[in-house]
Amino acid sequence: MKQAAGRTFLLWLLAMLAGAAIVWNSRFSADMSFILPAHPTAEQQVLVDQFKEGVVSRLLMLAIDGADAKQRAELSRELRGQLEKMPDFVSVQNGEAASQTVDRDFLFKHRYLLSSKVTAERFTVAGLKSAIGDSVDLLASPAGMMIKPLIPQDPTGEFVTLLSSLNAGSQPNSREGVWASRDGERAMLLVQTKALGSDTDGQEQAIEAIRAHFKAAAQRAGLSGARLQLSGPGLFAVNSRATIKNEVARLSLISSVVIIAVLFSIYRSFKLLSLSLLPVVSGALAGVVAVSLVYGTVFGITVGFGSALIGEAVDYSIYYFVQSGRTGIDAWRERFWPTIRLGVLTSIFGFGALLFSGFPGLSQLGLYALSGVLTAALVTRFVLPQLSVSAPKMRDLAPLGKTLEKIIHVLPRWRWPVLLLALASATLLVSQRNHLWNPEMSALSPVSQADQVTDMALRSDIGAADSRYLAVINAPDREAALQAAEKAGAQLDRLVANGQIGGYDSPARFLPSLASQHARRASLPSADEVRSRLQAALLDSPLAADKLGPFLVAIDAARQAPNLLREDLNGTSLALAVDALFLPQAKGWSVLLPLRTGQEAIDADQVRTALAGSGAMFVDMKVEFDKLYNDYLQEAMLLSLAGLLAILTVLAINMRSPRRLLAVMTPLVLAVVIVVAGLHVVGERLHLLHLVGMLLIVAVGSNYALFFDRVEAHHSLDPETLASMLLATCTTAIGFGTLALSKVPVLHAVGVTVGPGAILALLLSAIFVSRETRS
Amino acid sequence: MKRLIACLFLVFTLPAYAAFDVAQLMNDLAKHKGGKAKFVEKRTISLLDKPVISTGEMSYTAPDRLEKRTLTPKPELLTLDKDLLSIEREGQKLSINLSNQPEALAFIDSIRGTLTGNRAALEKNYGLYLSGNSDKWVLTLMPSEQKIAALVVRIIVTGSKSQIRSIEYLQADGDRSLMTIEAIETK
Repeated sequence: MKQAAGRTFLLWLLAMLAGAAIVWNSRFSADMSFILPAHPTAEQQVLVDQFKEGVVSRLLMLAIDGADAKQRAELSRELRGQLEKMPDFVSVQNGEAASQTVDRDFLFKHRYLLSSKVTAERFTVAGLKSAIGDSVDLLASPAGMMIKPLIPQDPTGEFVTLLSSLNAGSQPNSREGVWASRDGERAMLLVQTKALGSDTDGQEQAIEAIRAHFKAAAQRAGLSGARLQLSGPGLFAVNSRATIKNEVARLSLISSVVIIAVLFSIYRSFKLLSLSLLPVVSGALAGVVAVSLVYGTVFGITVGFGSALIGEAVDYSIYYFVQSGRTGIDAWRERFWPTIRLGVLTSIFGFGALLFSGFPGLSQLGLYALSGVLTAALVTRFVLPQLSVSAPKMRDLAPLGKTLEKIIHVLPRWRWPVLLLALASATLLVSQRNHLWNPEMSALSPVSQADQVTDMALRSDIGAADSRYLAVINAPDREAALQAAEKAGAQLDRLVANGQIGGYDSPARFLPSLASQHARRASLPSADEVRSRLQAALLDSPLAADKLGPFLVAIDAARQAPNLLREDLNGTSLALAVDALFLPQAKGWSVLLPLRTGQEAIDADQVRTALAGSGAMFVDMKVEFDKLYNDYLQEAMLLSLAGLLAILTVLAINMRSPRRLLAVMTPLVLAVVIVVAGLHVVGERLHLLHLVGMLLIVAVGSNYALFFDRVEAHHSLDPETLASMLLATCTTAIGFGTLALSKVPVLHAVGVTVGPGAILALLLSAIFVSRETRS
Repeated sequence: MKRLIACLFLVFTLPAYAAFDVAQLMNDLAKHKGGKAKFVEKRTISLLDKPVISTGEMSYTAPDRLEKRTLTPKPELLTLDKDLLSIEREGQKLSINLSNQPEALAFIDSIRGTLTGNRAALEKNYGLYLSGNSDKWVLTLMPSEQKIAALVVRIIVTGSKSQIRSIEYLQADGDRSLMTIEAIETK
């Protein structure tokens, strides 16, 4: 026996070491990618790409607070100067005028290749007459003051056309020459990081650099009162990761310490304590190993769920030690193991249902818990008995059990009150069914409320686009993508003209397709030709043809000009605009055309109709996000029902008695109803993970209800068993209850549902245990 | 002769005429709470052989809303709401926040300050020189900032009581514009 024990321990140790080696080499990710769909649709893929590497995900908004307007502007300039030199930042904007001049020069220089109005008709006598007439008319307007010096070079007003497309959309407020908040009390900057939105390390580094440079700049200027506020998807990712990391450690620690304290107060033996933790440690390790092997990356929240797993997995060793104390191992195996095994099975089916979720966080959680519970049970059954041969005898828990027996004896009096409470709960839930659920994806986001408020404030101050509406084009190569963008743009122009959308951005505006450039160049007549046409066109005009010499030179130059390439945009902020909207993909290129809302809300169907035939796909990001969440929710409902059905099937096959099945299930269902109603009453808006929690109440709670079923099966429910059940329920409630402390909504929801649910499942099972068969 | 010279001296050098001074004019103008007027604007531009003329209506609502609706040669709507200047033309709308553009703001303040009788706003960027009497006054604004002076040499506003009759801009490049205003109704 001793030898067998040694061999078993050695095998176990080897398995653990192998597991540890796998965990050591696993990739852990504490970012928010767990909410992104595992099998995205085309629309959702756009969402995922934007979330991971879209320009919006790389924008950080900065606000400088305190000091006076002049000092803030000074700090803003200083900060921009410092950050701009760093390779970590693609662009740093604060509204300084100098940066706009470069863009204007570029547009002016390349106006004949860029302007969509450049066609052969525009340079006929009639076309010139009309275009130049417009420019002269513009001179009569206050807006004309700016263009007056440009008329001799650009009488047809191509630059004005380009400029009006550049200036579209709202511009931030300004004070002392730099961007300011709406109230003018903060200086604003907009920073684009080089690091992708999904590169949380890179984002963290960028944010730290910004903070350090600001601190140094403020110190140099002697402004101790100046503060920096920062927000953006990058900060959200960094903060979420910090929260999740911190929580994983904190929750596991709390749960372990409390459970160990409870166990020690019962066992009063270090050897027993460490033996009973053996299955838990094995289970937790096996869980991570399984997830790592199957998914490659282990999410932080999955590990965070470990604190609940500890509480659940420790049950098996509690049963073993407490129940086998009096009867011995063999009798325990015969009498109790089948019940425990059935409980393990129901738990596995409950967690197993989650495996099929398209919500990656959920399927990982399912696999983690499933393998953890299974391993803990197997270790309890096959390893623990061998190792605990020489363990000290368990303290006699019969006195505790006896007290429990007395309590259980009076519990059935509570049947009617409980039924009434359940009825009231059910009524409440039915009447409030439209207000129970949180319909927003943000319900799952670990971003704190305070961070969200800051973000909203900064966003509105800087007028940053929220990029809610996008038209997306995928094409095999650059040229095809740009041509498609131009085609879709022409179709969107009609919506703009009708006022159905406010406007749109397109990379083709600053980087036209080669075909368009070629066509525009070809539509320019020779200088001599233009000269003779101008004579005719300007016969009655106040503008004399002989003043337009520079125009002829410009036309001649444009006819010789080489094609405009992406490199030519370097040094302008237009380059960023193009890069943001024109992205290389694994296969080909994709173009984003963000749409702006006009006077009225955007009608998705109208836009889709308008874009028909252009190959562009219209995506409303908010709708897609909400749809994604709704899909998750629908799917979780289906999976929960499937899990419940699986549990019912296992129990039915095992019990072969509808009456017994009903007796086991009734308290569990009542527990779910009462818990959910309770959550609603205390103001929790239910989401996906609460739903999963409901399934887990049944999956976990059934473990306890099944022991009462033994009573029905004419076994006596001895005091030791009662004590072990109470203890096991306590540790489970502690494990899940710890999750309820979490600030991460995904973990909090499971904890707050299953923690009370487990206790209630035990209590209700005791209350509804059949009168006749009670010992 | 001496008296004449003395008189001329008085007229040309004193920033404010004793009997009718800037304070009084500003006071009169401030009482004007708004109204509608027709305008004819004639721009003389060296680049063009003839002046360009635009006509339309403008309305002013105290204290900070100004609307200038050009009807010929091209319809155009210019609105000034606090510091937000919008120009709508041929279906396109361009909005400029004037607080971003100190020079443009100074320019706009010349007309807005006059309309509202806001002496402080005017004196921030211009020296004020008034001549005439309450029934027929001429207010000359001379830019005091170098940046503004590089754009406009002087602005001459004429009027009668609280009603502005004309505004003339003389630009640094020699171009000029004269806007004559005729009230449609006064509130």
